[in-house]
Amino acid sequence: MNSQSVQQRQEKLEGIGCKRKRVEDIRFVQGKGNYVDDFVFPGMVFGDFVRSPYAHARIKKIDKSAALALPGVKAVLTAEDLIPLNLHYMPTLAGDVQAVLAHEKVLFQNQEVAFVIAEDRYIAADAVELVQVEYEELPVLVDPFKAMEPGAPVLREDLKDKTSGAHGPRKHPNHIFTWEAGDKQATDAAFDKAEVTIKELISYQRVHPSPLETCASLASMDKINGELTLYGTFQAPHVVRTVASLIAGIPEHKIRVISPDIGGGFGNKVGVYPGYVMSVVGSIVLGVPVKWTEGRIANLSTTAFARDYHMTGELAATKDGKITGLRAHVIANHGAFDACADPTKFPAGLFSICTGSYDIPVAHVEVDGVYTNKAPGGVAYRCSFRVTEAAYMIERLIDILAQKLNMDPAELRWKNLIQPGQFPYKSALGWEYDSGNYPAAMKKALEAIGYQNLRAEQAQRIADFKAGKTRDLMGIGVSFFTEIVGAGPSKNCDILGIGMFDSCEIRVHPTGAAIARLGTKSQGQGHETTYAQILATETGIPADRITIEEGDTDTAPYGLGTYGSRSTPVGGAACSRAGRKIRQKAQMIAAHLLEVHHDDLEWDVDGFYVKGAPEKRKSMKELAWAAYNNVPPGMEMGLEAVDYYDPPNFTYPFGAYICVTDIDADTGEAKVRRFYALDDCGTRINPMIIEGQIHGGLTEAFGIAMGQIVDYDEAGNVQNASFMDYFLPTAVETPHWETDYTETPSPHHPIGAKGVGESPNVGGVPAFSNALNDAFVKFGGIHTQMPHTAPRIWGYAKELGLAA
Amino acid sequence: MAKRLISLTVNGSKVEREVEDRRLLIHFLREDLRLTGAHVGCETSHCGACTVDMDGKSVKSCTVFAVQADGSNIRTIEGMAQADGSLHPLQEGFRMQHGLQCGFCTPGMIMRSYRFLQENPNPTEEEIRMGISGNLCRCTGYQNIVKAIRYAADKINQIPMKEAAE
Repeated sequence: MNSQSVQQRQEKLEGIGCKRKRVEDIRFVQGKGNYVDDFVFPGMVFGDFVRSPYAHARIKKIDKSAALALPGVKAVLTAEDLIPLNLHYMPTLAGDVQAVLAHEKVLFQNQEVAFVIAEDRYIAADAVELVQVEYEELPVLVDPFKAMEPGAPVLREDLKDKTSGAHGPRKHPNHIFTWEAGDKQATDAAFDKAEVTIKELISYQRVHPSPLETCASLASMDKINGELTLYGTFQAPHVVRTVASLIAGIPEHKIRVISPDIGGGFGNKVGVYPGYVMSVVGSIVLGVPVKWTEGRIANLSTTAFARDYHMTGELAATKDGKITGLRAHVIANHGAFDACADPTKFPAGLFSICTGSYDIPVAHVEVDGVYTNKAPGGVAYRCSFRVTEAAYMIERLIDILAQKLNMDPAELRWKNLIQPGQFPYKSALGWEYDSGNYPAAMKKALEAIGYQNLRAEQAQRIADFKAGKTRDLMGIGVSFFTEIVGAGPSKNCDILGIGMFDSCEIRVHPTGAAIARLGTKSQGQGHETTYAQILATETGIPADRITIEEGDTDTAPYGLGTYGSRSTPVGGAACSRAGRKIRQKAQMIAAHLLEVHHDDLEWDVDGFYVKGAPEKRKSMKELAWAAYNNVPPGMEMGLEAVDYYDPPNFTYPFGAYICVTDIDADTGEAKVRRFYALDDCGTRINPMIIEGQIHGGLTEAFGIAMGQIVDYDEAGNVQNASFMDYFLPTAVETPHWETDYTETPSPHHPIGAKGVGESPNVGGVPAFSNALNDAFVKFGGIHTQMPHTAPRIWGYAKELGLAA
Repeated sequence: MAKRLISLTVNGSKVEREVEDRRLLIHFLREDLRLTGAHVGCETSHCGACTVDMDGKSVKSCTVFAVQADGSNIRTIEGMAQADGSLHPLQEGFRMQHGLQCGFCTPGMIMRSYRFLQENPNPTEEEIRMGISGNLCRCTGYQNIVKAIRYAADKINQIPMKEAAE
């Protein structure tokens, strides 16, 4: 056995660590992807919604007659039609209910009021115009602080008499829950005796993930067999099947949910929306397939938003910069219904990761969820359950504290970073960080960007600005984030009672090719490529001989889907362990064929050989064949394995990001000069895909920090519900990204991988915002809220007397 | 609603169909001809997922009526690969440089790039970024799309491939 052949075989497998080109791309670059709206069933009809123009109004009357009279219209359904089926409300993942079609009153603009079904989408749109709805306007609440004032109008009349909700007592009719973590008494004591404290209201504006494909579903009810087939844009198809069974009362084995190719998700496609439910109801009523494809305005103004978190954060510290405590109170604007997609026991998600990368001895956080007349949803947008809010808060607070202490923000971070010897690290708010080498990552980042030189340049720039030699300001934003992903251990994570495991089922065919199916669902992450790489390394079957399938609940094992960067930490682990089970069985077969004890065999990339006699060898290909004709006595034929992986802990990816920006004080225009991103996601499965994920996440972070907001006026009108008004960066605005990495494997994951999809969003937003704020620190600026659009930056410069 | 007969060439084949005046070209392509490569992303001609090539220009087919395409010559993503199945340099470039993730913007992005490289066969990075600024991508951050287009330009211009810069 020469080492060259081992090397060659290793490369041929295209296993873990190689930049394997994506198998998905073959169909996508030829326009042969299969997205929901591409499917056509015989007899299919189209559904469309009548939506409310008002944010809060009583429905006096709905007249369907003109719409029903239009040729080609099949049905017009309202809440009245759903009440007998008990379908006018549906349960949300957060323990609340959400109106499928508005009953008696509407609670946010563009809320679904009636569902029109017609022969084609044009006639459906015509009919929507013909449905006459009479409204009586009611007072509108969009500000969550005002919603909590005594005597504020009661929004949710259906909950009027309920003094407690799914997460405990409600202290106001518009209050949803209070959630807290940490030691309040010890934290208050730390603040009482602190040498230095800071406090700031840090608002993270409402944004929307806006995947390029909107939501869609296509339902087909086979009344003869009582079977429902539901195609949809579902990040979690198996959960949708269970929910559909519970809502519609159809036995779960009679429901087949299919998530075909998905045109981006970013969390937007986790929840269950009225459109999905109504396509099913429509198909049950009419007996033909019903397709619903959401328009962009509806997507932006009614499906899962993100953030809208108003965080009052405080830090206590010593004069020389050692942080001694963190305290925070959050008002969370959940909109009209609490439709957050969090693990059920976590109404504020994993916000308690807000002590970040720092060794903070005590902390206490409290979150109040509030109803307003905004769209429901929440938690989405490339972030694991409120982690980006947490990271934004701590990273802004650190900068504000540095300013107060007159200390460099990088130095303050350096002083407080959790040290390598402290892992596994137990945080003050109860998490156990798995692994990390923060100082090494920080050092590498500061050196790569030339931090000291940049600070010197900035000092000169400030002097020049003050001397009237330039009108350009310069900001340097540092962020050192720690994420918590891979939800999650069933001991603390479930969705509607189902533990948040994930699964892999692999079947090796006689010729040594294989198919593996998983409970997750790619929306662009490249699972068909990367899972095969994991299996290639584990089984010795070349990646290009392994088909990966996800998204069909009739064939794939049950899993909780793809969001919160959980596919690699959970699905990838199941993949690895299923592969190892295949290898174990193959080893028994090899022992049988080579007539030795299985302990006398050694694994070498893609086969077993007898220790000390490498010429006696059986390749995985030969063993796969033997599995179907010559197995050891008493062993079952075939070569299959299943693994359901319940992670023992979350994983904790981290990174150090630095942003350098130049700002024109007279126009407020900010130009990102450099952006350096160092990520540590543990073991790297496919560096090409990791880098792509980071580019994409940073671009989304750039959009959020610099321009995005779903803005409402006082009457609850959405101000920017199309791509005309809602900022999505084009290639022109998007900066060039410099990526780098360190690699600290997770000790509890079978291959040490941690997940990476959301890191760039979590770390990116504070880096941009810190850079923007940093430019104004020496001019007395403390904190300006996102988004940092040119008019807002210019306004801030004016406020500080820097611009006219 | 009254229909009108239109005839046009799509990916080299003559097509004749009756369509309503108000039918959008994107729905004509996707639903009547079952060419589902081009997608609807925004309906307001901002995202470019519906981009096809019409008479030598990139058009956003969500804001063109099918009747406006009467007599035209249209190429869509489905008409980009050779008859023998070999990929166009742009299709190859997008794959080699990881210029796509979810794939939803890709057909429009490739069709825009196809026209752009005829307008400017040897573009700089800045020119490429401007050239595709009517097409949104939510996954890639564009950096690898720029590389993919550069890859295709080099291949079309027969410039030997350089290793992709890391």
